[in-house]
Amino acid sequence: MKRLLPLLLAGTILAGYPAVAQNAAPEIPFDGDVNFLKTPNDVYLGEVGGVATNSRGDIFVYTRTGHPTVTLGGSRNFAHGGSQLYQFDRNGRFVREIGKDAYGFMFANQVRVDPQDNVWVVDQMTNMVMKFDPQGRLAMLLGRKAESINIPARPAAAGGGEGGGGAAGAPGAGRAQDIFDRPTDVAWDAQGNIFVADGQGNARVAKFDKDGKFVKSWGQKGSGQGQFDNVRSIAVDAQGNVYVADGNNHRIQIFDNNGTFKSQIGNLGNPQAICLTTGANPMLYVSNSNPPNDIDKAGEIYKMKLDGTIVGKFGRAGKMAKEFGTVNSIDCRNENSLLVGEIGNLRVQKVTLRAG
Amino acid sequence: MKRYLLPCLATAMVLSAGPSMAQLKATITGVPEIPVTSVPNFLKVPAGEYLGESVAVATNSKGHIFVYHRSAPTSKLWEFDQNGSFMREIGKGYYGFEFSHSVRIDPQDNIWTVDEGTNMVTKFSPEGKVLMVLGRRPPAIGGAVATRTGPNAPAEKYIFCRPTDVGWDPQGNIFVSDGYCNNRVVKYDPQGRFLAQAGSEKPGKGLGEFNLPHGMQVDGKGNVWVADRSNFRYQVLDNNLKPIREITNLGVGWTICISPGPHQYVFHSNSNPNGNVPGSWDITGEIYKTELDGTVIGKFGRPGKNPPYFQVVHMMDCRNPNEIVVGEIESWRVQKLILKQQTAKAASAQ
Repeated sequence: MKRLLPLLLAGTILAGYPAVAQNAAPEIPFDGDVNFLKTPNDVYLGEVGGVATNSRGDIFVYTRTGHPTVTLGGSRNFAHGGSQLYQFDRNGRFVREIGKDAYGFMFANQVRVDPQDNVWVVDQMTNMVMKFDPQGRLAMLLGRKAESINIPARPAAAGGGEGGGGAAGAPGAGRAQDIFDRPTDVAWDAQGNIFVADGQGNARVAKFDKDGKFVKSWGQKGSGQGQFDNVRSIAVDAQGNVYVADGNNHRIQIFDNNGTFKSQIGNLGNPQAICLTTGANPMLYVSNSNPPNDIDKAGEIYKMKLDGTIVGKFGRAGKMAKEFGTVNSIDCRNENSLLVGEIGNLRVQKVTLRAG
Repeated sequence: MKRYLLPCLATAMVLSAGPSMAQLKATITGVPEIPVTSVPNFLKVPAGEYLGESVAVATNSKGHIFVYHRSAPTSKLWEFDQNGSFMREIGKGYYGFEFSHSVRIDPQDNIWTVDEGTNMVTKFSPEGKVLMVLGRRPPAIGGAVATRTGPNAPAEKYIFCRPTDVGWDPQGNIFVSDGYCNNRVVKYDPQGRFLAQAGSEKPGKGLGEFNLPHGMQVDGKGNVWVADRSNFRYQVLDNNLKPIREITNLGVGWTICISPGPHQYVFHSNSNPNGNVPGSWDITGEIYKTELDGTVIGKFGRPGKNPPYFQVVHMMDCRNPNEIVVGEIESWRVQKLILKQQTAKAASAQ
């Protein structure tokens, strides 16, 4: 006899983010449209893990819609469900659901679209990175979902430290393969190499070639150069440099394409979502996201040059338009028209920056 | 192979050590009985659909009835028209729905749900779109967790622990009663920013302290009325959540409703306890109608499985103080009660 049981599961809620001391940064005037995406009457966004556009302006939202279920009984317990991937057109009209009932969808953390318009989703609970082609067919998988789950759960973020990827045996270093522990984000370089932010359980970056073959990983838990504490987001620039949002260390670390530390941008509060624009004069957007349990601190998004020079900032934590509730994703295909995915407000907000 | 769907918070034990019979019985005496009739077959549920535990019911300005009931696989929010005909489901599959506790309609006809399974309070537009959320659903990332035990964690400004009800003052400030594991009332501004709280995570017996604040409404002066269930009383707080007085003679404080308009009435339910405790039907189950000043006008209702009797009234709508809509836990039912207009002399509230 089996029973199914929606999980309502406690997780870790991070507290104590320091306020960023970038108050001197100029305010960028902006508009925020919280009604840009039009959902059908029976479609509700949950916590938005990720939002991204493709080259045609189609919008993809990977969202925690809730109600994951566990099949009880027998000798093991099996979990599935809880997140969905939706596609909207460039005007915000709902198009379709992709990956309905996909085995790897449980706890949405990010969606990104590569230069060939493939749609990549990162799931923090199944520990999988899934590549869909532009038609919505599965094209590649990294990682493997655990066959069954433990009840009660293992302590959150207790994983890592097995084998050796970057630093053998070190906590958070993970294994030299595509076994992730709460991965958060994915990015690619110009050659199509794949970089996975791994993550909130592990503390490393894993590099794969364009065919998904493991190349290397680097990092372990810690606060030194090349160490991480909560890898939240990742981006790669045109030269192949890797930008890693190192959340609990309040910084972005910049590595070359092979993981050699180059520099860091510090004093960033809680960098939870980053986005790099393309083109001749690329910009980096960084969200100092407020913790999910408090809207009275942080919440602003910074616009900066790749050397860390701050151009300006906008927004604050809150529940209204032009306020943000724990930003987890930024799409910056258009430098002055961003899509911002929010955990706290269960929405995607279209942000239009105006000339200051 | 047989499968059951079962919300895991629902598996938490709901029953705690039962109160004594003496605590359940209202001490007020000599309250006139208000004759009532129950509208037969009030809500017309579509064939093949079923109301579950109908813990939450409210009406909007058009008379539409909203029922937020514990169904499968999760709680569901249904809208019926003023004649009780089914119109639609709102929030199908919505992230904030798991285990319903309250639904209330604000003066702009926005629909607010309180879910004690997801710890979320959600404001829906009249069209059913999410406008604001308060609280956060515990993220599922950690996997299945054991039922929580031990002392309550410190209450946080923006996180609830099994919240129970929501209300607004005339300025649009938001009040949340919170709840089964916190024991407090929280005030937010209309934009959802924390302003104040009364009580804490700890239960208490003093004025301004609570032990399971189970229902709450705000009157036209901005005073906050709290059904302080496990303290067997109601408390009235001012707009800044400072206690004004308590009401201890109307039995268990299960839920409360305050009618709108210039002359407001307050309805208090001394609901019969869950589980048909032997003897409980004889001393509980009645609803009291009072003035804002505490004067008790009359009472109506008693426990029973069939209409017009009640099987654990969980929530009342009193938009029209002579037509009370009640939602019941254990009979999975919503009744509309027509109160005969009162001419009897009001009894004193001591």
